[in-house]
Amino acid sequence: MLQDDTRSEVSLRINGVDRTVGVDNRATLLDTLREGLGLTGAKKGCDHGQCGACTVLLDGRRVNSCLQLAVAADGGEVVTIEGVAGLEGGGDLHALQRAFLEHDALQCGYCTPGQICSALGAMAEAERGWPSHVTGDTSAGVAGAASLDAYEVRERMSGNICRCGAYGGIVAAVLEVAEADGGRS
Amino acid sequence: MSTTTQRATGAPIVRVDGRAKVTGAAQYAYEYPLENMAYAWPVQSTIAKGRVESIDDSAALARPGVIAVLTPDNVARLQVDVELPLPFLAAAVPDLSLLQSREVAFRGQIVAAVIATSLEAAREGAGAVEVGYEEQAHDAVLRFDDDRAYVPGVVNDFSPGNVERGEADRAFAEAPVRIDATYSTPAEHAVPMEPHSATAAWDGDRLTIYNSDQGPFYSSLPISALFGLDPGQVEIVAEYVGGGFGSKAAPRPPTMLAALAARLVDRPVKVALNRPQSFSLTTYRTPTIQRLRLGAERDGRLAAIVHESVQQSSTLVEYTEQSVSSTRLLYAAPDVRTTARVRRLDVPTPGWLRAPGDAPGVYALESAVDELAVELGMDPIELRVRNEPDADPETGQPFSSRNLVGALREGAARFGWEGRDPAPASRREGNWLVGTGVAAAHYPALVFPSTAQARAEADGGFVVRVGAADIGTGARTVLTQVAADALDVPLERVRVDIGRASIGVAPFAGGSIGTASWSWAVEKACGALLDAVQEHGGVPPEGLEVQADTTEDVGALAEMSRGGYGAQFAEVRVDVDTGQIRVDRMLGVFATGRVLNPRTARSQIVGAMTMGLSMALMEIAEPDPEFGDFANHDLASYHVASNADVRDVDCVFLHEDDKNLNSIGGKGIGEIGIVGAAAAIANAVHHAIGLRVRDLPIRIEDVRPALQDLRVR
Ligand code: FES
Ligand code: FES
Repeated sequence: MLQDDTRSEVSLRINGVDRTVGVDNRATLLDTLREGLGLTGAKKGCDHGQCGACTVLLDGRRVNSCLQLAVAADGGEVVTIEGVAGLEGGGDLHALQRAFLEHDALQCGYCTPGQICSALGAMAEAERGWPSHVTGDTSAGVAGAASLDAYEVRERMSGNICRCGAYGGIVAAVLEVAEADGGRS
Repeated sequence: MSTTTQRATGAPIVRVDGRAKVTGAAQYAYEYPLENMAYAWPVQSTIAKGRVESIDDSAALARPGVIAVLTPDNVARLQVDVELPLPFLAAAVPDLSLLQSREVAFRGQIVAAVIATSLEAAREGAGAVEVGYEEQAHDAVLRFDDDRAYVPGVVNDFSPGNVERGEADRAFAEAPVRIDATYSTPAEHAVPMEPHSATAAWDGDRLTIYNSDQGPFYSSLPISALFGLDPGQVEIVAEYVGGGFGSKAAPRPPTMLAALAARLVDRPVKVALNRPQSFSLTTYRTPTIQRLRLGAERDGRLAAIVHESVQQSSTLVEYTEQSVSSTRLLYAAPDVRTTARVRRLDVPTPGWLRAPGDAPGVYALESAVDELAVELGMDPIELRVRNEPDADPETGQPFSSRNLVGALREGAARFGWEGRDPAPASRREGNWLVGTGVAAAHYPALVFPSTAQARAEADGGFVVRVGAADIGTGARTVLTQVAADALDVPLERVRVDIGRASIGVAPFAGGSIGTASWSWAVEKACGALLDAVQEHGGVPPEGLEVQADTTEDVGALAEMSRGGYGAQFAEVRVDVDTGQIRVDRMLGVFATGRVLNPRTARSQIVGAMTMGLSMALMEIAEPDPEFGDFANHDLASYHVASNADVRDVDCVFLHEDDKNLNSIGGKGIGEIGIVGAAAAIANAVHHAIGLRVRDLPIRIEDVRPALQDLRVR
C-alpha cells in the first residue's frame, strides 16, 4: 500500500461502499474523509481528541477520527453520519436522527454528526454490557442499552462537547431510541 | 389566496434545517469543494510585543506541496485607514489588517502564513518558517488598581464610560446598611464547535468568501473597504454556521487570511483555525474586576449603587464592555454611579461573547444584592421586589414592558423557593451540603434596520430572502414561520433563503437583535408582496418580487426602555470532603415578549443557561504574565460544560404582549439566558456552605477551606 515515502493507498469500506484513496501518510482518517473523499459530515472541532465532533464508527466502535491515521485504518469499515440512515436498512432517517429532530437535540448542528455516531457507539457498548464510570457494579456491567438511565447516558456521551448546550435533548433522544425509561436522573 | 389565518408563529415547529444537520448534508464554511483549492496555515508570533525583524521562508518553500509563504513583503496592501459606518465594524479593522505592519501587539498574532496544496503540507511548512523578532517588555495581566486604566468616552453599548445620577458616593457613605465587595471574572472564550473557518476565491476583483459568520452583510463592509472594493464586489456566504456566540459577529483574522492568501496564489484558499490558534485570534470575553457598593435602608430600599469595573483591551483596539450598564436600570436607587475603565495591554483583542458586559456585570451586581439580602436578613426575592422601579431609573422612560417581579414570583413557585431556610450550610444530605440561589437577568431588546425580498412564483410557492444567519438559533425556521403567517399560506409553500451578503442590508445574529430585525423586514416584504399580487390580479407567469426596508420603521419607534427580564434559580450541592460542586438543577423564567417557536426558543435559553453554568464553575483563560496571551489553549485545559456536568436545566417563558417593540413583539433571546445564571449558582454555593466566593469560576480549591469547619459538625 505504500506508494512512496510520503503517500500510501488505503482501502476502506465506507458506508457500505469499498473505497480506495491515496493519502498523505500524515493524514488523519478525519481529514481523509473530509478532504479526500468529500464526506464532510464528520466535523473537526479540535483535531485533538478533545471534543468528539469527528466521531465515526470504525469496525463498529466509536472513534475520534482526528486521532486515527488513515493508514492505520486501512482495511477498516467506517460508518459516518452520511451512512447512519443506511444502518437501519435504507430509511431516509435513522430512528436516532428522527429523535434528535424531535427533541431538538441540536442547535448549530456542528457537533451533531459526532453526537449521533457517538450515541450509536455508546448504545452498542451498553449492549455488550460495558460499564461506565457511573455504573454501580462495574464488574457486572450493564444489561443492555435499554437499561441505561439519564445519568449513564450523560456520562457515556461526555466525550462529545456541545457548546450550544443541547445536552438535555441529546440525552432524551438517546434514551428514547435505547427504549430506556430514563430512571434515575 | 386562502382566507384562513395560519398560525405558524408560536407553534413548536421542528427546525426546517434540522434534517440537513442530522444527516451531515449541511455545508459549513470549510466544506465547499472548489477547483484547485489550496490550504493556508498561519504562523503565529511567539513574542507578546515587539517587531518582526526577519522572516526566513526558504525551508518552508522547499517542502513538498508548499506553494507560497505569505509575509508582510508580498501581502496585498490594504486600506487600513478606512472609515466604516458602524463603530463595531471599525473596531474589527485593526485585527483584520493582517501583515500590514511588522509590529507585534500580542503573542499569537499572525506574522506569516504558509499556503500549500494540502493541509498537512501547509501545517508542516508553517513549522519551518523562521521568524526573527526584536522583543520588547510586555504587560499582559489586568489589575484593578492599574493607573494606566482609563475611562473611555463610550463603551460597547454606546453609553458613556462614566454615568452618574445623584451623588452616589456620598449616599453610599451615609447609608445605614452597606455592602462593599470586589468580584472578578476571568477571560472566557466562545469556543464555538466549528472553529473560525473561511474559504476564499477571487474572480478578478470579485471576492467570494464562504465564511463562518454571524453577519454576512455586515462582514462584507470591512472586508470590501480594506481591499478598496465596493461592498457589492464581496460576497459572503454563511449558509450554516457552527456556533459563534459573538465571536463570529464580525469577521476575524482567518477570514482575511483566506482572502489575502487566495489573492497571493490566485486560486481558492481555505483556512480553518485549529483549536489552539482560535484562542488567540478570535476574541474573548475580557476579564473584569468589579467593585460593587450597595447602600440600603434597613427596610431593604436601595439608597446608592456604585459599580466600578476595570477591563482589558489590546493595544490595537479600544473595546470596553458594558459590564456596568444593567446596574443603572435593574433597581430603583436614587443615587447611582457606574464607571467602566479599560486598560490596554499587550494581549489579543477581546470582543463579544454572549451577553457582552451583562454576563459578568450582572454576575457581580446580583452577587452583591444577595450579599445585601444576607446582611439585611431579608429574602433575596423580596429585596429585589422592594427595589422594583416604575420607569427606567436611568432615563425616566416608560418600560415597553417589564416583568422581573412576575419572573421572580413564578420562578419561586415552580422552583420551590418557599420555606427555604436562609441560614447557610443548613441543608445537609449525606456527604453533600445543598444550597439554592436566585438572581435577576436583563438584556436590552434592540432592533436594527433590515431589508428583505419576497417573491411569489407562478406555481403558488414563495421565496423570501433576507441576509440573516442561523448560527443555531433557529432563525431560518422562525423566519419561515413569520413569512408563512404574513403570506397566510402553509409553511410548505415558503422557502426562506438566508446567509448571503448579496441579499442586502441586514444586521448580524448578535446582541439578540437578529430575529426581531429580520422578521420585521420579512413581514413587511410579505405584506407588500400580497398587495402587489392583488394589484396585478394574481401572480404573472414570470413571478412577482418586492423588496422591503425597515429603516424608517425602526427610526420611528417611540423612545422607551425596552428589554427582556428574567429570574434565574439554581440548586447546587457541594461534597463536604472533596469540595466537588454539582449543579442539581437550574430554572430560568423569562419575560421576553412573544415566543415565536417554543421548541427552538427553549433550546436557545437552556443552551445559554448551560453556558452560564460553565461560566460559574469551569471557564477560565489563565493570563500568561511571562509569555503573554493565555496559558491554556485547548479544550483539555479550557473547560466547558460537558454532558455529565449538566443535569436538569429548565426554562419557562411568561406570557408577555408588548405592542411597542417591533413587528413580531419579541425581545430577542440569544443572550439573556446566560445573564444572572452564574450569580444564581454563586449565591447557591454561598447558601450551601456559607462561603462567598467572589472570583469566577468557583473551583474546588476555593470552597475547600470553608469545608474544613463544616466537616466536623
Ligand atoms: S475533532 Fe476529533 S475530538 Fe475534536
Ligand atoms: S449543536 Fe452546536 S455545538 Fe452542539
